[in-house]
Amino acid sequence: MPAYALHETMPSAAMDMKAANEPLIAARNVDVFYGDKQALFDVSLDIPVNQVTSLIGPSGCGKTTFLRCLNRMNDLIDICRVTGDIILGGKNIYDPDVDVVALRAQVGMVFQKPNPFPKSIFENVAYGPRINRLAISKTELKEVVERSLAQAGLLDEVHDRLEAPGTSLSGGQQQRLCIARAIAVEPKVILMDEPCSALDPIATARIEELIDTLREKYTIIIVTHSMQQAARVSQQTAFFHLGNLVEYGATETIFTAPTDERTESYITGRIG
Amino acid sequence: MTEILQPSLPGLKRRHAAERRFQLYGKLAISLALGFLVVMIGVIGANSIGAFTQTQVALSIRFDERTIDPEGKREPDALAQANYGALVKASLRNAFPGVKGRRDKRKLFGLVSSDAEFTLQKKVIADPKLVGAIQKIWLVTSDDVDQLVKGNIDPSLPETSRRLSDREIGWIEQLRARGDIKRVTNTSFFTSGDSREPELAGILSALVGSALSLLVCFVLSFPIGILAAVYLEEFAPRSVWSDIIEININNLAAVPSIVFGLLGLAIFLNVFGLPRSTPLVGGMVLALMTLPTIIIASRASLRAVPPSIREAALALGASKVQTTFHHVTPLALPGMLTGAIVGMARALGDTAPLLMVGMVAFIVDVPKSIFEPATALPVQVFLWADSPERAFVEKTSAAIMVLLLFLVLMNLVAVVLRKKFERRF
Repeated sequence: MPAYALHETMPSAAMDMKAANEPLIAARNVDVFYGDKQALFDVSLDIPVNQVTSLIGPSGCGKTTFLRCLNRMNDLIDICRVTGDIILGGKNIYDPDVDVVALRAQVGMVFQKPNPFPKSIFENVAYGPRINRLAISKTELKEVVERSLAQAGLLDEVHDRLEAPGTSLSGGQQQRLCIARAIAVEPKVILMDEPCSALDPIATARIEELIDTLREKYTIIIVTHSMQQAARVSQQTAFFHLGNLVEYGATETIFTAPTDERTESYITGRIG
Repeated sequence: MTEILQPSLPGLKRRHAAERRFQLYGKLAISLALGFLVVMIGVIGANSIGAFTQTQVALSIRFDERTIDPEGKREPDALAQANYGALVKASLRNAFPGVKGRRDKRKLFGLVSSDAEFTLQKKVIADPKLVGAIQKIWLVTSDDVDQLVKGNIDPSLPETSRRLSDREIGWIEQLRARGDIKRVTNTSFFTSGDSREPELAGILSALVGSALSLLVCFVLSFPIGILAAVYLEEFAPRSVWSDIIEININNLAAVPSIVFGLLGLAIFLNVFGLPRSTPLVGGMVLALMTLPTIIIASRASLRAVPPSIREAALALGASKVQTTFHHVTPLALPGMLTGAIVGMARALGDTAPLLMVGMVAFIVDVPKSIFEPATALPVQVFLWADSPERAFVEKTSAAIMVLLLFLVLMNLVAVVLRKKFERRF
């Protein structure tokens, strides 16, 4: 029996849910263990489609762990064990018949430190579409690469040197290259793990603008240490503390009228 | 306020002194190591110089038709089978008419290498018009004459303690006085195989044997080693078994090479019945020996590839195999190649395992394939070092120099490859 292919059923499912205003991703009772140590406790949360959801909280609170559950990046860690359900487009991504490769083609990721491949800018972006057979011919690939770079706001800066190594770009440009690389495979969801923590304020501002425009096409989940950033870019905010999801709701509410004492302490800078 | 930068910190002087002392120790250690290296290479190099020249003696040879081709038909077969040794002997008798008696004559004929008759034979076959002519021909001398001319035999020693008698030295002096002795570049050292006669021995067969063995070794050990390393590092689940395998590979890397030789003897020769003394078996044994080195080096260089590259590829929907072979392995390849070449360099210099599979045999012919008996450079060094003739001393040193040259070349290739394929990330 072939593995359940998210790729084929996802788009229509996502459309239906958008119409019904249902969440694109629904996490239910997620527990994560690293060996004997539990890192996440019973996290349940709904992520709405075409919005930016930010995950905030002090270091070690489990927000990155949760993010990496969403594209099963935690599978790479031998001792990591995930229980509970994470439903994406009506299908639990931890079901045994889900192909993790197909999942990751739908749930892209941008990492904390820009990590372009040590190859040309063109190759960096073209790699995903090529292996996922989204573009076969040279012209198709070129089209996808240029469209993705344009969406990531990088094309104007690099259009005349697509053959230059990706690592020759500045930090901010590298991070936008990684975003272009992620959107080139046309995922439904983009996970961002502190994408601006290695960047200067100007590069950060550019990425934040970019996130805002990408929201129209993609559902974005971003982990950030900067509460200002969370307030600026996201519509939904989830506050994690010591492995628990403390509070989750509209960003405005979280930052203006938090219901939990811990949330208030954190956003006012008393803990963290 | 002016006192701020006064070195008044307690113990500061001692800290600086400690640093200076350490630097001095380091420099001393390096100069000592370099000194040993220079002395070693210098001594071997100085010893080897003689092997690159050879002594020749000019004899006026009468290509007597009655001896070479009594029927006068100039048929190649007849020309090839003629007794050219007699021509050399006749020429020597003419040059020293005073020599009488069997023993003295034997000594006289011994001045010239046994190869002389083949030199004449080749000349006549190449140019049959020589028959009947008288020509001055330069012939290779025997190793003893060669050693005397090179100054390695001291004529002032008592006659019984040297290889040449007073009479022989007298003949050589006469030839010298006539200008009939000269030293020329010894190209045959590089173009001929081993020989019992030092003046004829060359390293070509050992060189080709080594090259063929290394080829077999590389073809076997590089792909197997890299695949094993990639599997163990990227795919194998961590378990007790993977730990056991890792420990065993590390142990194998330290196993004395003669043990691999015995293994090759027991399995490749006795069980599989592969041909003895061949580069095929030698290369297989060397591959066994090189494998752990390649696996360890390859694993280390795979581990040095940042995990962020793997994550980047996996997050794009690349499968594990695609991630490994599109991104991780290319980045680790320079390190893998370096490891392989270092392992091969070790294999090139290793003697013991080859002794066990019969590559120590006395091989005159240059091997043409991996299935023909051959010997290898380090084994050739071993064989020559074991030979009693004085002339083999310089041959041994020269073979060592050639071996070292190839080691240096291989390491240079490793450096160049690493620089060429190295990518920053």
